[in-house]
Amino acid sequence: MLAAATLALLATIALALLRAALGPTVFDRLQAANSIGTVAMLLLAVFGFLRGRPDFLDLALVYGLLNVIGVIAILKFFRQGDLGADEESR
Amino acid sequence: MNEILPFLGGLGLLAGAGFCLVGAVGLLRMPDFYTRMHAASVIETLGAGLILCGLLLQAGFTLVGAKLLMIGLLIFFASPTASHALARAALLRGLKPKLASPEDK
Amino acid sequence: MVRSISFFLTLALFWLLLSGMFTPFLLAAGAGSAFAVALIARRMDLLDHEGHPVQLAWGAVLSYWPWLLKEIVKSAWDVSRRILDPRLPIAPTLAEFAPSQKTDLGLVIHANSITLTPGTVAVEVAAGRFLVHALTREGAAGLAGSEMDRRCAALERP
Repeated sequence: MLAAATLALLATIALALLRAALGPTVFDRLQAANSIGTVAMLLLAVFGFLRGRPDFLDLALVYGLLNVIGVIAILKFFRQGDLGADEESR
Repeated sequence: MNEILPFLGGLGLLAGAGFCLVGAVGLLRMPDFYTRMHAASVIETLGAGLILCGLLLQAGFTLVGAKLLMIGLLIFFASPTASHALARAALLRGLKPKLASPEDK
Repeated sequence: MVRSISFFLTLALFWLLLSGMFTPFLLAAGAGSAFAVALIARRMDLLDHEGHPVQLAWGAVLSYWPWLLKEIVKSAWDVSRRILDPRLPIAPTLAEFAPSQKTDLGLVIHANSITLTPGTVAVEVAAGRFLVHALTREGAAGLAGSEMDRRCAALERP
């Protein structure tokens, strides 16, 4: 069952990658990247169980934290062209 | 009794992976960005939730189980924030959502 | 002070969770790190009613989470059915309504809950005005004065 779940998650990532490649707007690509991040986190957890190495969960945790911060940072960069810009002075 | 919990966990795992696939299909099928967002949130809620529950049933009440709960909390608190930021940025950029006309049913 | 102590305990618990080793040296290092971070956060004035909300009505929170979970499962099932339906029966709608929460934290919890539920995404969030993109007309119609709105208002404490 773990192997089947791993395969299904890989297929999910492939489909999301297709959406990222198709676009058409930058937000579609970012949405796909966000989904890929979430699924990669789940994939890390499931794969850790598959190989009997639950310490993969730490990697999943860090990956999740970075994923959210990454998406928000890229969004901010696209909106203001500057990571340090003040939200109000748009 | 010791057999049934891991079995249920396996079922949850499969169901969660299935919902992830459904969400990815939605990501491809939906007509515009805002509707795709709803498909992605199926992955982030039911897909992730069922997979983590399945793993939790296989792990039991250990440190590993606590870490799985932590990952679940992280997804459930952070993913709506990212979705909201995306939607708001898209709207501010002037990306118009495709809306259904008010009359047709 | 209650806030700082609660923050310290949360950090120490997080350390234990991540390390999973219980040797005296690592326990002491964890307690020291948690104490230092709590002290710095206190000096930076990060521990206010939003940074570490101990003032929420926690009884209501504990009954809110299972209810929210039930709602998420229901609407996720609905959205999955629509995705797999060959006719793709969706009617995207933008809906605007006035939430009844008074504090910023209550508004954020309400908006996050809306976004977390598949089929609705909160696009604009301000006091007294939510703009929500819904996948169906029924989803958009059931937003104003919903049970979620009432439950989120019950969580707040000034």
